[in-house]
Amino acid sequence: MKKVFAKAYLYLLLAFLYAPLVFIAVFSFTESRVLGNWTGFSTKLYTNLFTGGTSGGSSLLAAIENTLIIALISAALATLLGTVAAIGIFNLKGRKRAGMQFLNNIPMINPDIITGVSLFLLFVFLGISQGYVTVVLAHITFCTPYVVLSVMPKLAQMNPNIYEAALDLGATPSQALRKVLIPELRPGMISGFILAFTMSLDDFAVTFFTRGTIGLETLSTYIYADARKGGLTPELRPLMTIIFLIVLILLVVVNIRRERMNKNK
Amino acid sequence: MIKRSYWSLPYLIFMVVFVVLPLILIVIYAFQDGSGHFTLSNIGRFFTDSDSLQTFALSIEVAIENTLICVLLGYPAAWILANRKFNSSAVTVMLFIMPMWINALMRTLATAELFNMLGFTLGKGTLLFGMVYDYIPFMVYPIYNTLLKMDNSYAEAAEDLGATPWKVFWKVTVPLSLPGVMSGVLMVFMPTVSTFAISEFLTNNKIKLFGTIIQENINSSMWNYGAALAFIMLLIIGITSLFGDNKETQAEGGLI
Repeated sequence: MKKVFAKAYLYLLLAFLYAPLVFIAVFSFTESRVLGNWTGFSTKLYTNLFTGGTSGGSSLLAAIENTLIIALISAALATLLGTVAAIGIFNLKGRKRAGMQFLNNIPMINPDIITGVSLFLLFVFLGISQGYVTVVLAHITFCTPYVVLSVMPKLAQMNPNIYEAALDLGATPSQALRKVLIPELRPGMISGFILAFTMSLDDFAVTFFTRGTIGLETLSTYIYADARKGGLTPELRPLMTIIFLIVLILLVVVNIRRERMNKNK
Repeated sequence: MIKRSYWSLPYLIFMVVFVVLPLILIVIYAFQDGSGHFTLSNIGRFFTDSDSLQTFALSIEVAIENTLICVLLGYPAAWILANRKFNSSAVTVMLFIMPMWINALMRTLATAELFNMLGFTLGKGTLLFGMVYDYIPFMVYPIYNTLLKMDNSYAEAAEDLGATPWKVFWKVTVPLSLPGVMSGVLMVFMPTVSTFAISEFLTNNKIKLFGTIIQENINSSMWNYGAALAFIMLLIIGITSLFGDNKETQAEGGLI
């Protein structure tokens, strides 16, 4: 009986969480501009989305492209910077280490709007014209701490002797780095990269303040501008559905694999 | 390992330029007038402007209500998820966490559209409902994590010593899970105060939250006043983060 209640509660909450997404997914298969108005099954919105035949021209496709490029570049650079930083911080001691860890926490505690406004003021102050580069720099700023946090545990788990053994056996420091250290850190770097990538994809506020006035749009700023205009581009519906499905499939696959691995142990 | 401590230098320089300096700039701009002279008038303006004060009070109120509802709804969910008797599937847990991975603007927009279709008038009610919808995963996840890691022998000992299940729950489980609740609160409260797009979507621009007035001032080139408002928000963050354990805000790091 208790179990039934518990399960019912979970499913009720899940239904509440997923209702809007399911609703968007259902109405991605009809042509109507207004949501909730079913005008018969159609995949026209999907073809529109991929051929750039959206009501706003190809700007939606451009926004998707910008979002992906910015996320890839920021995540890659954040992974590089964060990994180097993690190795450095790991080798610091005492107060210096605590200081660096404190610094690393600041961007994570700051709400997006503070990060956005503060970087906006920085670029204004330095007289840098805002656009692609400033957005990427801003994304690196809030992504790197997560990379550092993903890599640090791998450094702690690593046996420091194997690195020294490589040196004793005649490896140059750079060889030891490439052949011993990096392979050990790789899982942390990969999860750091994925985190950074998704943080960048999700970001709205920071991009909003650092993109300048050159008309650079990412998916988030596109949606924001679109919603402010009132008439939501109907092609956003298939796009949301696709993103929802990709995330769902990815997470289910990762989790089922993990569950299977745990059972085999 | 040989000396690689200097490897932290590039990051230190980067952080000073892109994190520390920008925060200092918020403070500087907050205490300057348009021509760069020191002034207290920006801060003073906030405390004398009833509109700003009202917005501020409303933001705190909405954030407290949202956080409370998230705890009340999220705690039982996290508890059921972490309890082996009721749930043994990692997929259910994942379904609760998944919304965190989808663009918040998209999810909010979907919610707002659903409200529209159902014929609800957008206002405070829909704002709260949508906020809960947006932030509840951030509450469930840290609580679930602490409950999962909790040492069961305390609860078992209490049971052996004759405590009723109800007592075990209130006297053992809840106190031990408070760090998780605290980090959940941190992950919900501040973002609610500072959000701007979400509140605009959910109320059709009828209700402004603190984040919105910061955004409006910055965008209409009122940088000094915008910076002063951001400075006030920084103070609140400083105060709230004193209550929380910083390590717990890193919960997101373990998601993959």
